[in-house]
Amino acid sequence: MTDTATTGRERAPASLFGRIGAQNISLLIALVVLLAIFGALRPDVFFTPRNLINIGLAVTILGILAMAQTVVIVSGGLDISVGSIVGLSTMVLAVAAQETGSIPAGILAGLLAGLLAGAVNGLIIVYGPVNAVIATLGTMSAFRGLAYLMNNGNSIPITGDSLRALGIGTLLGLPFAIWLLIAAMAAFIVFTRETVVGRNIYALGGNPTVARLAGIPIRRYQISIYAMSGFAAAVAGLVLASRTMSGQPASGSQGLELEAITAAILGGCALQGGKGTIIGAMLGVLIIGVLNNGMILTSVPTFYQLLAKGALLILAVIVQERQRARSGE
Amino acid sequence: MTVPVVSVENVSKRFGAVQALRDVSVAFNAGEITALIGENGAGKSTLMRVLEGEHRPDSGRVLVDGHPVQLSSPRAAHGSGIRVIHQEPEIIPELTVAENIFIGDIKARGGLFLDRADLERRGLELLGTFGVVDVLSPGQRCHGLSPALRQLIEIMRALRPGARLLAFDEPTSSLTEDEAQRLFRVIRRLKADGVAVIYISHRLREIIDLADRCVVMRDGSRVADEPISALDEQRMVRLMVGRPVSDLFNRRERTQGPVRLALEDVTTRRVQGIGFEVRAGEIVGLGGLVGAGRTEVARAIVGLDPLLSGQMAVGGLPYRPREPADAVAAGIGLVPEDRKQEALLLMQAVRDNVSLVVPDKVSRYGFFSRRRERALVARHVAELRVKTPSIDQAVGKLSGGNQQKVVFARWQARGPAVLILDEPTRGIDVGAKAEIYRLIESLADQGLAILLISSEMPELLGLADRVLVMQSGRINGELPWREASEEAVLALAMRSGKETIERRVS
Repeated sequence: MTDTATTGRERAPASLFGRIGAQNISLLIALVVLLAIFGALRPDVFFTPRNLINIGLAVTILGILAMAQTVVIVSGGLDISVGSIVGLSTMVLAVAAQETGSIPAGILAGLLAGLLAGAVNGLIIVYGPVNAVIATLGTMSAFRGLAYLMNNGNSIPITGDSLRALGIGTLLGLPFAIWLLIAAMAAFIVFTRETVVGRNIYALGGNPTVARLAGIPIRRYQISIYAMSGFAAAVAGLVLASRTMSGQPASGSQGLELEAITAAILGGCALQGGKGTIIGAMLGVLIIGVLNNGMILTSVPTFYQLLAKGALLILAVIVQERQRARSGE
Repeated sequence: MTVPVVSVENVSKRFGAVQALRDVSVAFNAGEITALIGENGAGKSTLMRVLEGEHRPDSGRVLVDGHPVQLSSPRAAHGSGIRVIHQEPEIIPELTVAENIFIGDIKARGGLFLDRADLERRGLELLGTFGVVDVLSPGQRCHGLSPALRQLIEIMRALRPGARLLAFDEPTSSLTEDEAQRLFRVIRRLKADGVAVIYISHRLREIIDLADRCVVMRDGSRVADEPISALDEQRMVRLMVGRPVSDLFNRRERTQGPVRLALEDVTTRRVQGIGFEVRAGEIVGLGGLVGAGRTEVARAIVGLDPLLSGQMAVGGLPYRPREPADAVAAGIGLVPEDRKQEALLLMQAVRDNVSLVVPDKVSRYGFFSRRRERALVARHVAELRVKTPSIDQAVGKLSGGNQQKVVFARWQARGPAVLILDEPTRGIDVGAKAEIYRLIESLADQGLAILLISSEMPELLGLADRVLVMQSGRINGELPWREASEEAVLALAMRSGKETIERRVS
């Protein structure tokens, strides 16, 4: 019976373990191990509330990008231009705020710039058609170039209390940025799990032909997904700008794409598409955040940090591929 | 009585819900050609996989020369002298003929450099034994060789020392008559050399000419094992199907409603001047040889291939799809040819696969209502009697027939006006086939307009109210079901090129 190439394994039991998923359990274990190591190495600072909030703040930008990246990867794509869009959107925010003298106008312009940049990615990918990796590799450079062009490669300071309040304000003891991350997480979880569009994105990534023949307008979906990714990058840019009170063409956003993709894959995204979860990606983000913070606290030189992050991405893919081979997909 | 080269005893194998082999016992003797026949899904391939060491039987055993063996891997099976020639020969195009034959056994000079002279010598010798020196040379690259020659290379590779049992899995499906005859000469030579041969084919005439014995399988069981002299084609079919073919269909006049789908002079890159109508309650068959352009008509209707000229109408309204989403919106459903690549998300649940085309019915303001989804899917899955442990089961784990029912359930949930079925029973076992036929008939009775594309003649003749026959992207003619016969369809499908050209000119 050639048409039953199944392994005969029955579906996972609905135990607590089954529901959380083996992948997430191992991520949690990895996280606990990292916490234990850094906690033991720097018992004086690591577990202080101040440092924990620092980690939280550090992961807001990455978290937003990683969740958007998860949606992109689930749809069967990849967006490596997000770091550049973050930089570009902070520059647009700064220039627009400067020109209009209004912070809300600047924020709006920054968000729009991100949305537009993402839509450009989507249009190139769908109507080129250009492979997503190549398309966003190209725009990664192009958007960065644009960000530099806006002020000859220099950053632009922003003045405005409302933006500063956004950057340093707190609610119930937690910085606004962390609340923003929590809200984004809730939105992404609901989107991917509870909406028709979210489910269709899993179908699109699982098998685009099937999705297309089932009547899902896949071009519109793809363009919207990249536009969403660009918009999410602009939201991350807003967080970055509120913290630095400036438009930064490169500083603070370079290399974010690497971390976002690493987090998504650590979290269980399959590069082939159709598989991945927001919770998983956020666990990946926490691991990267703790690793970054711990390496700084234990004075690991920057160059080694880069080395470690690159290795982590490759390791995550290897683990992912091994799992795929084992489950016989 | 001599001891069989290879025999299987009481072998059973189950995949999930499907019993692929049921207590099968067969012996294969030296110097004998045993034909193995059965419908798709009858268990022939699974039996081959067991012999090849790809699958391990759940129970029963395999004996070589009368001794039980553990065929735990393809390597072990190979060591026992069992070789299977698959439909798709695995030939490396960039290597030469001799390199492909002797791969894994290529001698090196000085432990490093390719010994071309040795390959040439051994290659020529082998090609000589097969009498194919005039068509193949050892040093020739395999790139671009015909399927027949590639198959021959695979056979020569399989015949390397120690081959005791050679199984051919539908070897002639892509061969011309001459090539097939050459293959038969090779097989007869193998028989004379004392090799045990298993020959799997759907071409019954071939089997009667070639084989000594015939084993018939149905639904995983061996239902007959007789000398070929005791069988004729009709009896073979009866054994394979388990009942006369005509019993599968409920042939009668159907009441027809208004025109649901109309094509007029439709031309795409791959079909030309297609025009026909399908009425509510009618099943229109599209016949023709593989590659005649039948699937391409379906592609044009659902908006996969852009229209170059011509018009379409659905339910009397002009219809010009730009992509499949437009077809779905207009009330056209497609059950595509390749279930696994084009219809189903194999990793996902039955539930997701069914509800994929009915987002409006399972959601409110874009948010899923699990309760509604479960109720809707459960209803349709029950109605079509899909055998699945639950609607949360991954669809890839179901049998072919049940997978196809899931595709039907999907469209039934949507309730389209027009349903296009492209080879709806491909790779489905006989029992499920009968169920699918009844389903198609009942859908027509419910008033759906059905366009049925099928290469299985009994299916086409048994279901369609009229058959349109295609050749080279055009419709050659139309046969009402009372006039449609296998011969009539084939005559239209293979009309000589000259007539077609004349028609085009006029």
